[in-house]
Amino acid sequence: MGTGPVVIVGAGHAALEAAAALRAEGHTRPVILVGAETAPPYARPPLSKDYLTGRIRPHELWLRPRSFFAEQHITAMLGDRAVEIDRDASRVRLASGERITYDRLILATGSRPRRLSVPGADLEGVVALRSLADAEELRCALRDAGDLLVVGGGFIGLEVASVARGLGLRVTVVESGPHLMGRSVSRTLSAHLATLHRAEGTRVLLNRELVALRGERGHVRVAELNNGARVAADVVVVGIGVLPNTALAAQADLTTGDGVIVDRWLRTSDRSVYAIGDCARFPSPHTARPVRLESVQNASDQARCVAAALTGHRRPYISVPWFWTEQCGARVQMAGITRDHDRTVVSGSPAEGRFSVFCFRGGRLVGTESVNRSADHMITRRLLANGAAGLAADDVARPGFDIRRWPAQPI
Amino acid sequence: MAKITYQHPDGTETVVEVAAPNTVMRGAKLNNIEGIVAQCGGSAQCGTCHVYIDEGNTLPLPEMHEAEDDVLCGTAAERRPTSRLSCQLPVSEAIDGLIVHLPTTQI
Ligand SMILES: Cc1cc2nc3c(=O)[nH]c(=O)nc-3n(C[C@H](O)[C@H](O)[C@H](O)COP(=O)(O)OP(=O)(O)OC[C@H]3O[C@@H](n4cnc5c(N)ncnc54)[C@H](O)[C@@H]3O)c2cc1C
Ligand code: FES
Repeated sequence: MGTGPVVIVGAGHAALEAAAALRAEGHTRPVILVGAETAPPYARPPLSKDYLTGRIRPHELWLRPRSFFAEQHITAMLGDRAVEIDRDASRVRLASGERITYDRLILATGSRPRRLSVPGADLEGVVALRSLADAEELRCALRDAGDLLVVGGGFIGLEVASVARGLGLRVTVVESGPHLMGRSVSRTLSAHLATLHRAEGTRVLLNRELVALRGERGHVRVAELNNGARVAADVVVVGIGVLPNTALAAQADLTTGDGVIVDRWLRTSDRSVYAIGDCARFPSPHTARPVRLESVQNASDQARCVAAALTGHRRPYISVPWFWTEQCGARVQMAGITRDHDRTVVSGSPAEGRFSVFCFRGGRLVGTESVNRSADHMITRRLLANGAAGLAADDVARPGFDIRRWPAQPI
Repeated sequence: MAKITYQHPDGTETVVEVAAPNTVMRGAKLNNIEGIVAQCGGSAQCGTCHVYIDEGNTLPLPEMHEAEDDVLCGTAAERRPTSRLSCQLPVSEAIDGLIVHLPTTQI
C-alpha cells in the first residue's frame, strides 16, 4: 500500500467517521475530506426531531469540535464539491477547480430526497428535509404556520408530524400505500404508529395520493388529493424517500445501480475506490440480496470497516443493521432487516405502548422492532451478530417470555 | 466546569475539563477521546457510549431511568453494577473529579 493521501468525498456522517477512524487506527498518511456543504460534519437525526423545536442548537449537532481537524491533521475542504474523478490519474477535480491526487478514494456522498413531481412542487413552503439548511428553513416555516401537510408516511415525515403536533399545528399525513412505513416495518408496528399519530390529533390518510399543490403569491396554500379532497397546507414536508448520490461514481465508470455497487469489503469495481454510507449498495449476511441502508449505524460501522482495511486489518462488513426513530413520545428501535419476514410474534403489550415484534423468516429470527422495549432491541442485536442462535418463534410466543432470561428460561 | 478522567482499557488516562451543559459522552467527543462511539448522539438508543463508573465514586450521579437500564442490557462489553450510559450523565460542578473507565469495545 502506498503512502499517498486518502481522499474522502462527502464530509457527512460516514466521511467524518472514516477520517476519525483512520487516525484512531494509527494511520499517518494525509487525509483529505471534501464536502459540498459549508457546515462542519454534523448529525442529521436531530434535524427531524429536537432541532425543529429549537431545543437543540446548531453547535450541538457538530460531530466533532472545530479544533478536531487541525489536531488530527485532517484537511477539511468544506463548501466545495467533487465534480469529476480521473481514475487513470488517481485524481479528483473539485468545483473550485482544485485537483487532488489520491492513493485511496472513499466515496461517502450520501443520498438526496426524492423530489415531488406534481404541479406546484416548487412553491415556497414546500420542503424536503435532508440538510441543516433544510431544517433551518423548516424550523422557521413551522413557527408561522397553522397547517402542515406531510407527504409520505415514512420515518422522516412521521417524525416531523409528531414534532409539529407538539408545536400545536394542524397536521395531515398523506400516504399513497395502505400502511405507514409500509416498506420497512411489520403491519403490527405500522398500525401501532398510525394509532399513536391519530391519538395525538394528526390526520393520517392512507391510500391517498397528492395530485397538486396550489399557492397564493408563490406560497403553498392547498393540496389536492386523488379523491378530490383539498387539504389546507402552509407548509408541505416531502418525505417520499431518498436517492443515492451516484453521479460522481457513474461519471468515473464505476459500477452503479441504486447505489454505488461494492463488495463485502466495501470496494467498488475499482480496487482503490471504496464507497460507504447511504450511497453504497453492499452484500450483507443479514439479507438475501445486496442492500443499501440509510442509517447512522451503517454509515459509522462502514466507515470503521474501511478505515481498518486501509490500515491493514481487512475484514468483511458484517455489522447488524439497526435503526431508531422517535415519534409521539415513543422510542422505536429496529434491529436486523425485518421487511421479508413470514411470521411475527409480539411480546409485551401494544395497548400499554411497550412491546416488541419479533420477525422470523423460514423459522429464523431476522429482526426485532421494539417500542419502548430497548432491552429486546439490544439483545436482538447481540443475537443477530451471533447468527440468531436458535431463538424460535415458539420460544417468543411462550407466556412469560423475557429475552433477558433467554436461553436460560425454564421450559 | 468539571474535571473528568477517562481511563482507557490499557490503564492510561485522559483527563479533561468539560463545561456544563455537556454530558460525559459529549465531553469525550469534544476531546476526541477514543472509546466512546455514541452513534445515536446522546438519546439513549445505541448503547455505544457505555462506561463504568469508578468503584470508589462518591460523587452524586442521576438515577438511572428505565430506558438507560434497558439499553445497558445489551452493550457490547459486559454490563457491571457500575455500568452507565455516558450520554445520560450531565456535567456539572457536582461531578468535578469523576473517573470513568472505558470498556474494551462499544460495537
Ligand atoms: C432528517 C433526517 C433524520 C434522520 N434520522 C435518523 C435516525 O433517527 N436514525 C438513523 O440511524 N438515521 C437517521 N437518518 C439517516 C442518517 O442521517 C444517514 O443515514 C447518514 O447521515 C448517512 O451518512 P452519509 O455520510 O452516508 O451521508 P450524509 O450524512 O448525507 O453525508 C453526505 C454528504 O456528502 C456531501 N456530498 C454529496 N456529493 C458530494 C460531492 N460530489 N462532493 C462533495 N460532497 C458531496 C453531501 O452534501 C452531504 O453533506 C436521518 C436522516 C435525515 C436526513
Ligand atoms: S450516545 Fe447512544 S446511548 Fe448514549
